[in-house]
Amino acid sequence: MGLEEKIPDSIILTTLDKMVNWARKRSTWPLGFGLACCAIEMMSTFAPHFDLARFGMEVMRPSPRQADLMIVAGRVSMKMAPILKTLYEQMPNPKWVISMGACASCGGVFNNYAILQGVDRIVPVDVYVPGCPPRPEQLIDGILKLQEKIDKDRLAGRRDDRGRKVG
Amino acid sequence: MSMAEQVRELLKSRFGEAVLGEDDFRDQQSLYIDPEAVFDMCQALVADADLDVKYLADITSVDWYGVEEEVRKGRFEVIYNLYSIRHKYRFFLKARLPEDKPEIQSLTSLFNGAGWMEREVFDLMGIIFVGHPNLTKILTPDELEGHPLRRDFPLTFEVPQFSWNKDDPPEVIR
Amino acid sequence: MAQQKTLEINMGPQHPSTHGVLRVKLELDGETVVKAEPVVGYLHTGIEKTMESKLYYKALPCTDRMDYLSPMSNNLAYCLAVEKLMDIEVPEKVKWARVCLAELTRLNSHLVWLGTHALDLGAMSMLLYTFREREQIIDIYEACGGQRMMTSYIRIGGLAHELPRDFDKRVREIIKTFPEKMHDYEDLLTLNQIFINRTKDVAVISAEDAINWSLSGPMLRGSGVKHDIRKANPYSGYENFDFEIPVGEKGDAYDRYKQRLEEMRQSLRICQQAIDGMPEGPYRAHVPGVVLPPKEDVLHKMESMIFHFKIITEGFTSPRGQVYQAIEAPKGELGFFISSDGTNRPNRVRVRPPSFINLASLPALVEGRLLADVVCAIGTIDIVLGEVDR
Repeated sequence: MGLEEKIPDSIILTTLDKMVNWARKRSTWPLGFGLACCAIEMMSTFAPHFDLARFGMEVMRPSPRQADLMIVAGRVSMKMAPILKTLYEQMPNPKWVISMGACASCGGVFNNYAILQGVDRIVPVDVYVPGCPPRPEQLIDGILKLQEKIDKDRLAGRRDDRGRKVG
Repeated sequence: MSMAEQVRELLKSRFGEAVLGEDDFRDQQSLYIDPEAVFDMCQALVADADLDVKYLADITSVDWYGVEEEVRKGRFEVIYNLYSIRHKYRFFLKARLPEDKPEIQSLTSLFNGAGWMEREVFDLMGIIFVGHPNLTKILTPDELEGHPLRRDFPLTFEVPQFSWNKDDPPEVIR
Repeated sequence: MAQQKTLEINMGPQHPSTHGVLRVKLELDGETVVKAEPVVGYLHTGIEKTMESKLYYKALPCTDRMDYLSPMSNNLAYCLAVEKLMDIEVPEKVKWARVCLAELTRLNSHLVWLGTHALDLGAMSMLLYTFREREQIIDIYEACGGQRMMTSYIRIGGLAHELPRDFDKRVREIIKTFPEKMHDYEDLLTLNQIFINRTKDVAVISAEDAINWSLSGPMLRGSGVKHDIRKANPYSGYENFDFEIPVGEKGDAYDRYKQRLEEMRQSLRICQQAIDGMPEGPYRAHVPGVVLPPKEDVLHKMESMIFHFKIITEGFTSPRGQVYQAIEAPKGELGFFISSDGTNRPNRVRVRPPSFINLASLPALVEGRLLADVVCAIGTIDIVLGEVDR
């Protein structure tokens, strides 16, 4: 919201913060960025057995301009890394990144010339969900932790380079 | 006559010296051939109506770097996996290429499916297929130089960081 | 005045209908596709090179991650190839259990195919139904191997552990409840006019072209060629089972849809025979020095412990030679070519990827057709990018 830039640093907002954070965390829209095996577990999480729509992620937007959560599900190869960075930069602020699976967090099983050893070498990551592939319950746990993290955001105050308030 | 004998008959009678040897490891017929004759042999096999060998299952390559007695015969080996659907019979044609000139004729004019298989062998092993319409990289990124599946290309294994080696991670080359 | 007639469009790596990271460079003239060129490699993992640097036993989990929708098939193909190289004969019970698991894997893979193919064409509810069905099969995987997807349950010389105690009950439950669910799917799609319009006479390939492009699996059988490796060169005891091979007629997407549904029914038939006739016996071959001894023996007998230690740390030495073993994976002919130079690590492991070779025929399927047919063609080829790029 453009209101954030207009608020001077010396103002503390409490109820507005809580309301905005509540709205943001309950309706994050994920970007459909499934790469490999973890994508199938992500699809299973959206499926009726472990329904993810209960947490507000009803729609999975294919376009990065309309999404605010990027779940990197799967191994990121060297050829795909620039594309991932471009997609991340196309997303509007505020945005969050969940790195799902071992291959996205740290390179996983594959430690060789072709796989980027951890997606946090190119984008800043908020929550790491380990597993190969992580169970849907693990992914839901990661999303709930992300919601706790969003709760701590503040509207007024300094902003970091991702458009989110710190301090 | 069994299929193995028929194939051997056809190839030996038409291309006598180009068939350098034969092997029967685990009941699989493999014929070692001269790389110059690969295209003509495949053409003869496809044209023969009895054998009905029209299915090229796979083209693959092996790098024998490091194994001394094999490198003497030729460092690279290109293996053609041919199958006959009517007779349900599979056999292999294996050709050796020297290290300094790894070139062999392409089979794209006979089999359409050979296009991508040969591109992959070129990309990962560096064998040049003469006559291929579009011999470019297919799997590795454009910035990667070299051919990854050769035995002297390093695996580029990165040593993980623990508390005792928190400074720059060196690459361990295997 | 020169006028540019064709428009170049990039159907990029991140796209909801490309089943992963596939990029297709399209040249369009209005809505008609003039040229289509798939660009792959965005998921290249170097699995073949990784497997070369590991012992035979430790290279097994790498095979799970290639075709991640049918992981047990990949394990089976690799284990059969290594058993052929080392000349190991597995017990009867292992063969029957492997057949049962392979057919459940085929069901798994075809369910995901059906869900995503219908999703691409607009029928979104199919995805929700098939993923619900899939949970039952994944429960069996979890009971067997402990993991929902990458179980690595089929090991060299046998299975990882004994089959779970309620394996029989669970499989019979699936065999009982599945046919009416399939009836539901047929109700939704088979006579649906929109589905028929989107898939009839789309992505047609003739039988000679299919053989020339080296297609395999449902792509080849949909065009009328009656070729199935389970009947032609049987492996792992398939010659004892009684099943049919469905074959299409015209080679269009609708034929392949019906053919895959029929394959699912035949898979259930094979599972029924496997469960009814499962013999008793050990779950691993007894080849000391090559196959890991069962864990109960390792904890109680000295030589088993020594063999266990040696196999895990040093591996076994393989004879010099090259073997190739092909199986009928749900996507096509999956083959493993292992070249050994006499040491305990493979010299070269080559995976013959059915999805890669089937995808090469995409230009032949879509050139001259409309843009919406590209999405249908990608869906009907049934690609999995993990196998295309390895």
